[in-house]
Amino acid sequence: MSEHIVQKKTYFAIFLTLMVLTVTTVWVATIDLGPFNIVAALVIAACKATLVLLIFMHVRYSPRIIALCIFAGILWLALLIGLTLTDYLSRSWIASPPGL
Amino acid sequence: MTIPVRREQPLPDRSAGLAHHFDDLEQQHAAGSLGMWLFLVTEILFFGGLFAAYAIYRWQYPAAFAVASHEADLVMGTINTIVLIGSSLTMALAVHYAQLGNRKAVVAFLILTMVLGVAFLGIKGAEYHHKYLDNHFPGPDFVFPGPYAQQAELFFIFYFIMTGLHALHMVIGIGLLSTVAVLAWRGCYSSEHFAPVELAGLYWHFVDVVWIFLFPLLYLIDRHK
Repeated sequence: MSEHIVQKKTYFAIFLTLMVLTVTTVWVATIDLGPFNIVAALVIAACKATLVLLIFMHVRYSPRIIALCIFAGILWLALLIGLTLTDYLSRSWIASPPGL
Repeated sequence: MTIPVRREQPLPDRSAGLAHHFDDLEQQHAAGSLGMWLFLVTEILFFGGLFAAYAIYRWQYPAAFAVASHEADLVMGTINTIVLIGSSLTMALAVHYAQLGNRKAVVAFLILTMVLGVAFLGIKGAEYHHKYLDNHFPGPDFVFPGPYAQQAELFFIFYFIMTGLHALHMVIGIGLLSTVAVLAWRGCYSSEHFAPVELAGLYWHFVDVVWIFLFPLLYLIDRHK
């Protein structure tokens, strides 16, 4: 099969990077960044997930249609969470009319 | 008018593992991985509903979620993260040796992956047991001192459902890997035909990705307080 074979040392390098990012995310959580704690946690998690997808799951070496599938999945997830939050986050902006 | 007769094509080489409706193993492999990825995309949205619900309640009760999250066992959670990412490494190596056609190494790394998966579930079970003893299991016996008892119970509902659903995926993953390991041991795969090893690997890595997001969302809320 004309499948790309990744070097073993690449896998080990990715594993080490994931370990470093795991330690980083635990360490960052102990620092008070206010609202940016959650941002830092999600950015680090997204970096780790991207490394797993690209290298461990071979997306980098796979046909582009695989990347398109994943992009579609993330897009729909963003719509699901994003549109739901626009509702909940904005409910308190408008006071209920009296009598309701 | 004469109809041109189509030249008889030479029959393709029907190698082992090739289904009759594919031209060759490469086409079969591409179709298989596309199908697996489409399934994984539905899994993203399956977990996505829980992440959306979590986002709403964390936004509504930030203080309670922070206090309740401190009850999650950070040491065990971090160890489990390392164990699970380690199992992704051994899974990637199993696929690597499958590509090279090294049967024994494939079986060895699949077994190692399953051992790490079982270790993850064991640590998770110990955590559940501690939560149960602390009366942090949602239900009539739930006890949480302080002003946030009700909202903390909500956090623990998310904790148990999200990690429980993740653990269920791990159990299914271990079932898949054990099947693939037996077939690999019997010599069903070669450097030409190893798609089942790779597809089971995709599932395993996906479960790892879900945990990569669950860990900071459940264990690491406002740890500085």
